[in-house]
Amino acid sequence: MTDSKYFTTTKKGEIFELKAELNSDKKEKKKEAVKKVIASMTVGKDVSALFPDVVNCMQTDNLELKKLVYLYLMNYAKSQPDMAIMAVNTFVKDCEDPNPLIRALAVRTMGCIRVDKITEYLCEPLRKCLKDEDPYVRKTAAVCVAKLHDINAQLVEDQGFLDTLKDLISDSNPMVVANAVAALSEIAESHPNSNLLDLNPQTINKLLTALNECTEWGQIFILDCLANYTPRDDRESQSICERVTPRLSHANSAVVLSAVKVLMKFMEMLPKDLDYYGTLLKKLAPPLVTLLSAEPELQYVALRNINLIVQKRPEILKHEMKVFFVKYNDPIYVKLEKLDIMIRLASQANIAQVLAELKEYATEVDVDFVRKAVRAIGRCAIKVEQSAERCVSTLLDLIQTKVNYVVQEAIVVIKDIFRKYPNKYESVIATLCENLDSLDEPEARAAMIWIVGEYAERIDNADELLESFLEGFHDESTQVQLQLLTAIVKLFLKKPTETQELVQQVLSLATQDSDNPDLRDRGYIYWRLLSTDPVAAKEVVLAEKPLISEETDLIEPTLLEELICHIGTLASVYHKPPSAFVEGSRGVQHRRIPPRAGSVESAESPEVGQSGSSEAPPAVIPSQGDLLGDLLNLDLAPPTATVPSVQPSMQMGAMDLLGGGLDSLLGGDIGGSPSMGAGLGAAPTVMPAALGGAPAVGGGLGDLFDLGGGVGMPTGFYVVPKTLWLPAMKAKGLEISGTFARRGGIIQMDMSLTNKAMSVMTDFAIQFNRNSFGMAPAGPLQVLTPLSPNQTIDVSLPLSTNGPVMKMEPLNNLQVAVKNNIDVFYFSCQFPLSLLFVEDGKMERQVFLATWKDIPNDNEAQFQIKDVHLNSDAASNKLQGSNIFTIAKRTVEGQDMLYQSIKLTNSIWVLAEMRVQTGNPNYTLSIKCRAPEVCQFVYQCYEMVLKN
Amino acid sequence: MIHSLFLVNASGDIFLEKHWKSVVSRSVCDYFFEALERATEPENVPPVIPTPHHYLINVLRHRIYFVAVIQSEVPPLFVIEFLHRVVDTFQDYFGVCTEAAIKDNVVVVYELLEEMLDNGFPLATESNILKELIKPPTILRTVVNTITGSTNVGEQLPTGQLSVVPWRRTGVKYTNNEAYFDVVEEIDAIIDKSGSTITAEIQGVVDACVKLTGMPDLTLSFMNPRLLDDVSFHPCVRFKRWEAERILSFIPPDGNFRLLSYHVSSQNLVAIPVYVKHNISFREGSSQGRFELTLGPKQTMGKAVESVLVSSQLPRGVLNANLNASQGTYTFDPVTKLLSWDVGKINPQKLPSLKGSVSLQAGAFKPDENPTINIQFKIQQLAISGLKVNRLDMYGEKYKPFKGIKYMTKAGKFQVRT
Repeated sequence: MTDSKYFTTTKKGEIFELKAELNSDKKEKKKEAVKKVIASMTVGKDVSALFPDVVNCMQTDNLELKKLVYLYLMNYAKSQPDMAIMAVNTFVKDCEDPNPLIRALAVRTMGCIRVDKITEYLCEPLRKCLKDEDPYVRKTAAVCVAKLHDINAQLVEDQGFLDTLKDLISDSNPMVVANAVAALSEIAESHPNSNLLDLNPQTINKLLTALNECTEWGQIFILDCLANYTPRDDRESQSICERVTPRLSHANSAVVLSAVKVLMKFMEMLPKDLDYYGTLLKKLAPPLVTLLSAEPELQYVALRNINLIVQKRPEILKHEMKVFFVKYNDPIYVKLEKLDIMIRLASQANIAQVLAELKEYATEVDVDFVRKAVRAIGRCAIKVEQSAERCVSTLLDLIQTKVNYVVQEAIVVIKDIFRKYPNKYESVIATLCENLDSLDEPEARAAMIWIVGEYAERIDNADELLESFLEGFHDESTQVQLQLLTAIVKLFLKKPTETQELVQQVLSLATQDSDNPDLRDRGYIYWRLLSTDPVAAKEVVLAEKPLISEETDLIEPTLLEELICHIGTLASVYHKPPSAFVEGSRGVQHRRIPPRAGSVESAESPEVGQSGSSEAPPAVIPSQGDLLGDLLNLDLAPPTATVPSVQPSMQMGAMDLLGGGLDSLLGGDIGGSPSMGAGLGAAPTVMPAALGGAPAVGGGLGDLFDLGGGVGMPTGFYVVPKTLWLPAMKAKGLEISGTFARRGGIIQMDMSLTNKAMSVMTDFAIQFNRNSFGMAPAGPLQVLTPLSPNQTIDVSLPLSTNGPVMKMEPLNNLQVAVKNNIDVFYFSCQFPLSLLFVEDGKMERQVFLATWKDIPNDNEAQFQIKDVHLNSDAASNKLQGSNIFTIAKRTVEGQDMLYQSIKLTNSIWVLAEMRVQTGNPNYTLSIKCRAPEVCQFVYQCYEMVLKN
Repeated sequence: MIHSLFLVNASGDIFLEKHWKSVVSRSVCDYFFEALERATEPENVPPVIPTPHHYLINVLRHRIYFVAVIQSEVPPLFVIEFLHRVVDTFQDYFGVCTEAAIKDNVVVVYELLEEMLDNGFPLATESNILKELIKPPTILRTVVNTITGSTNVGEQLPTGQLSVVPWRRTGVKYTNNEAYFDVVEEIDAIIDKSGSTITAEIQGVVDACVKLTGMPDLTLSFMNPRLLDDVSFHPCVRFKRWEAERILSFIPPDGNFRLLSYHVSSQNLVAIPVYVKHNISFREGSSQGRFELTLGPKQTMGKAVESVLVSSQLPRGVLNANLNASQGTYTFDPVTKLLSWDVGKINPQKLPSLKGSVSLQAGAFKPDENPTINIQFKIQQLAISGLKVNRLDMYGEKYKPFKGIKYMTKAGKFQVRT
């Protein structure tokens, strides 16, 4: 009696049997056979062999049979394109059928046949259907245009279907409007730049009218389309909001969320003192809360979006904390999301409730959830100062439960609490120490060791505790090893008398027995510090740490803004911009919240104003002239400024920065004496304290520092002030400004990296494109500590010139890619050619004369250098600093003729004659070179050097 | 839009697939199966799963996973809502939504899916329009069809699809004209161990069964519409009128539909109709634990609490439970550790209780977690929020319909922590 009988035919020869049935004369038998075919198709059996037989059944008056055959056609037309042509005639005929249902069905099916040959035949029927008198046919035809576009975009454009589709936006029937919008939106996704949905106030008005009358799905399409519109002023914005607000009461949650998106975006334009603004805020809360009473899958999507909304406008849901309380049978993905939002909403007003809840969660079964709950308690303590004490006592209670993973998580967060509130809760250390033995996760062990080291003076048996860890030093993870090293050094500095042995043991373990370069470097720098200047060591190691920030995991503001414009989409679920993951959307438009009209508010929401236009002015840091200048400056710097801002993650404490410095010191050492400058230049701002002690270095390992002594450079290489290379706007908050310098024969790229985003940046790396002179990084980009928000770090990257060569336009163009944990960013910059002037560029006089004559006169270029107020000697001196060597000087009729030579890294010689007339600020420069294209750039170097 | 749909049964087999655009290989579901394997419980599969070229959005209903495949940026809620609509339609057509029912009606299922979505765009999702297009299978019709050769598919243009009231078909005729409304409220609450309410909210719905001839225009008014500040309406409700006068005015769909759903938030005072006294304790070092549970009514406005069912997930260390129920029966599943107690009606004079001991695994530690108690109940003739219908009027038709209103309160996610 039921359809399941269609599934039961599994014997051999089935296809054969079906074929016979399909060709039967009896209508009923035919239909049964087609049904069997469809059933086989659904379960994935290949019934394409029956194509001609099934198509033969198409010419029928029986609607069900027709539909079934259409179904079959859609599935198999692709594999049998030649056969499918047989069906075309029937489609054309059906499109003229008096019954609109048949017309619509035909046009619908046509579009699903993805065969190029056939599509051409379908244009005429489609055009007719788009103008059909029956709206049901029109709306079906609208979707068909989108289908056709998917198969053959060019054809759709050529046939003018897009314009017809645009006309349908003004159709009298709301369903037709909705489908036209849906089709256009889908087409627009593959044409990011075409102005398909050219929204103007008239079309907006039509959409808003249709919005009230069309189906729920149509409402979603229209709302999503509205969200792309930018209103002209706040009045228009308000009127749209007013007409969209009723959608918040729709039963379909997708409609609700799309409406929320439109409102969240457009309310940005409303002045905040407007009454309506407040009303709107109030109206947004109930529908969001209601979404949370729906099925878990809906809840999950809603929660991911609420997470964004809460970050953007915490005021909307600040009284709704309770709806985020976790029910024990919520699916885990809902639980974790709720927890995240609870922390974001936690404030002084509700912290008691939140803590009680979190404590409850910490006794649940699911381990992941329990861990996150314990972490959440720590985050509350850090976020709401008044609650810190309660949080700590809650954590202590949890530690008393002795549940292993709870204890470990608790210790990790207590470490953070210590960082945030120093000298407040140390009384609990004793309790923590009791649990030392049960810790088996590296993070928890490292946290505990940090605590012991940090508070060594208050823990009587700190040395014993640390010693116990030391026994299995080599089995520990790097995180723990580094922490142990630092902790023991701290202990030694605090209690030098009884722990000397311990510190020696750990230093030798770290420096001699370890294969890990990080650990060795850190060990060496401690060793050096301790052996040379214990006072400096104390200042460095025990320096006061900056406070850790309150909010963690905030989404960076520009990204948040973009995500707000994508509420309800996949982007909002993944909290990533659509461009980051949506495949096939060739270039997604970045959406921005429109700036608020009343500028009065701009102070309140600076992020809005900033997003509009203004880029932060580039921070120009004139780099120090030379090595000596550097050293002097560093010496003068007060030691308090020495400790760079330390990250919340304690395992990468202050010492790592120093480790980084040492790393480059060692690198410099290997390269021979002149490269000392490179080493020091690498981390000038991060290691002043270490350098402060440097001149006094005597024996032992300290000889590294001695290398600096003999090195000195005659005159400074002129370094252009840093210019902005990569604005933060373009690089998700990373701003790079920089310049180039040549120090002691090494080309350096000096960069200042600034983190203007809200989250910490790590994992920096750099790469160059091939360029004219084969410049390439000679080492990795030394950014060893994570770059925390608003922090700037200066790095110097040594460059070599033996990378791959490709001629660039202009010649001195350099294309750079910088990567961090967020993304890869590209920029290009131009380096002064003087960078490539080598130190041994002084030519013998005879050779010079010969070469000068040898180079054809066509290769000579003349330039004027204006407004230089230097005499020829001073100019010559200055130029020599940039490796432009004067070989000879002649004075003829009051004119000084300077003959100069330059050698580039790729061994191209450039010869120059500079005429200087006393009293005349204008020099004349003739440049000869076998590669004349460099002349222009050499001239630029002259000009730059002489004028600065 | 929605590319394809796969239906996967509890044992992880794909038993139906439907493609609205090009065919997507079913191997795409491997990512879903991976997620399924990782999930500890069937319901813990994340709703959105990314794969290299597609996104899988799934819902679990009636132990069937409905896995939709999408390729471009599509609002996930749109997809989930649509999948829910598919489930509802199947249930509407076949009475149940099970693998067997779907397989038995595979042709209808295919026809339905084809009508519901066109190129991934929703086409006809309203039950009454679908029923005009494709008649639901009944035994009688199947018999008739076999004999006469007529079909399930309607010959006519679904008129409703074009009218301004797409939810109602024209030419409806009944000999008995009747309109019933059910006000059903569910309480979601979390009660802490001391018995105080942590959070409580009410999810209410007004479901209607309207069988009226012609094109009736109804208005429904409440005694206390103030309660309804967070509502979602069926599209038939005229929103402006509600905004202005707090009256529901609508031309109803034919048959069963949900007129509105509402939410009374935790900020209002929500009455809690039952209380639980519990004492569940385990002693360190002992293999026995004590278990005591007593239920009682509170704030029920004199109405009886019925169909009470208590369930609790006991800690993993529990081996068995040896309990005594003063009424009803209890079961304990030693494998899933689920204790459930079918209490029935609560008699306020003689409160039901469940007492006894639970045995732990020998030598096991005292369990860390405290079991949560889940309670289900029903109260007839009461809407716990206090919502009351004032009157129902009909315009536009001459006859006098029969009207009826029923109230009911149920427990939703009603949890008591211990």
